[in-house]
Amino acid sequence: MGISNIWVFSQESNGTATSGTLELLTHARTLSGGVTAFVGGDASAIAGILGEYGATKVYATGDLGGALPGAAVASAMKAVIDGGDSPDLILFPQNYEGRDVMSRLSVKVDRTVLTNNVAVAVDGDTVTVTTPVFGGNTLVSTSFSGSAPYLASFRPKSFAAESASGAEAEVVAAPVPDLGSTGGATVTAVHVEESTGPKLDEADVVVSGGRGLGESDKFSMVDDLAKILNGAAGASRAIVDAGWVPYSMQVGQTGKVVKPNVYIAAGISGATQHMVGMKGAKNIIAINKDAEAPIFGVADLGIIGDVHKVLPKLIEALEGRG
Amino acid sequence: MKVVVCVKQIPDPADPGALDPESKTLVRDAKLILDESDSYGVEMALQLVDAAGEGEVHLVSMAPNNETAGLRTALAMGAASATLISDEALKGSDALGTAKVLAAAIARQEPDLVLAATESSDGYTGTVPEQVAALMDLPSVTFAKSVAVDGGAAKVQRQTEAGYDEVTCPLPALVSVTAGVVEPRYPSFKGIMAAKSKPVETVTAADLGVTSVGWEGSGQTVASVEQAPAREAGTIIEDDGESFGKIVEYLETIKVI
Repeated sequence: MGISNIWVFSQESNGTATSGTLELLTHARTLSGGVTAFVGGDASAIAGILGEYGATKVYATGDLGGALPGAAVASAMKAVIDGGDSPDLILFPQNYEGRDVMSRLSVKVDRTVLTNNVAVAVDGDTVTVTTPVFGGNTLVSTSFSGSAPYLASFRPKSFAAESASGAEAEVVAAPVPDLGSTGGATVTAVHVEESTGPKLDEADVVVSGGRGLGESDKFSMVDDLAKILNGAAGASRAIVDAGWVPYSMQVGQTGKVVKPNVYIAAGISGATQHMVGMKGAKNIIAINKDAEAPIFGVADLGIIGDVHKVLPKLIEALEGRG
Repeated sequence: MKVVVCVKQIPDPADPGALDPESKTLVRDAKLILDESDSYGVEMALQLVDAAGEGEVHLVSMAPNNETAGLRTALAMGAASATLISDEALKGSDALGTAKVLAAAIARQEPDLVLAATESSDGYTGTVPEQVAALMDLPSVTFAKSVAVDGGAAKVQRQTEAGYDEVTCPLPALVSVTAGVVEPRYPSFKGIMAAKSKPVETVTAADLGVTSVGWEGSGQTVASVEQAPAREAGTIIEDDGESFGKIVEYLETIKVI
């Protein structure tokens, strides 16, 4: 037996496969020879790159026509499974769409889901996934029991993406069946928030601000520092909840997980939910007034001080270097 | 309009959590409080019922030991009544098992709208709302940052990676809300007093007709629990007005500048 048929829920962004998709395909092919990409939408633009990264087959639902992917893609997956192509393991990216599809599918196949993972191991028929808890201090490994398919989702950057120089994958239509009452949600308008500079979860430098900034106007210091260092600006949940900055900037368990070369935390105390999102940074610099702040426990360089005093001087010094 | 809100009662996040060395699941025997993530759903529900001019907010929660402290907080905010599923047999339930129990309890209320947080603050599996929707054959909109009800449909602004989508969804439906969707009210003294006499029905899994729950129904077993490799201790200094120079130096060392 063993694990011979792995599916990867694959996503497109701006005409190419997302980095999360390529990471999962890369890892899937180390676990099994049979890797299938499942696309909720039209796959013609990405069949080439999906094949290059290891998919030997691509299922595509075709255009979803404004339906949210959760119920639609899960139903299409279930139809393929009922048709006889039954995966042993399905890997999902830990993001909005991945979570919705895996949740719906778990009910349809009556199997559990394991989320927020950073690793997966296969030993014979046993699949074990690992998730960090308590802000990443503890690693819990959980094995699936019962019969396949096993459903698991993985945080961004859990695996490194590497091309397998594979040929373009064959695309097989996996149409969405009639959804009945569950198909009612329809997207009527799409809004894209403008952002400049590198993307938060891909940036080499991330500067984040928290409640210690005192007021929303002071976030401009974080923006300025990020710009000078060619980095992205992030935020703690506290100031996102307070409405200072949009949710898309939130770093943490319920926001983005970042793994930059350097992470600068300004006025962030380091709540567990925040640490989950940034502990993977190679270097961490923290500035906080409170010497007891948990963020200092993970900082490579910690400054016990007032961000309102330290940041302006730091910005000035860096600007002075041209 | 009847709105059911899923609420979770969790250990106070201010207390560091622990895993039971035997069962390797989260220890939940300390006093439980209302998960802050759920206070947004409760507030949203109260505002939607207000806007509709009629209806009520009902809470559904699954917790051990007949725990109601967190439910009372939500009742004090203004919810009318609650169902508590408390059952030794539910110990060890996975997310799908939890969703089955919640879905059965919610269905009995015949709601127009079901609200839930996107994920809990302690377990944060983040799949239960969508699983509940699937079990109840409801359409759903997840990750809402704004919710209104108009002409028998929910109008939702849904977070996306790039910004947000406007989504319309006919009722009955389930919507999961992000933190920050509304500002939760603080319970008033009057609300706290009134909450003490509001009806809380306690039921078991068997009452709901849900079988194969708890450890037995769980599709997962914890294989190991290990400490993550700790980061090496860094340099912590007190700002003397010149500490920005240390940051510049550090950035030079790692070749960021």
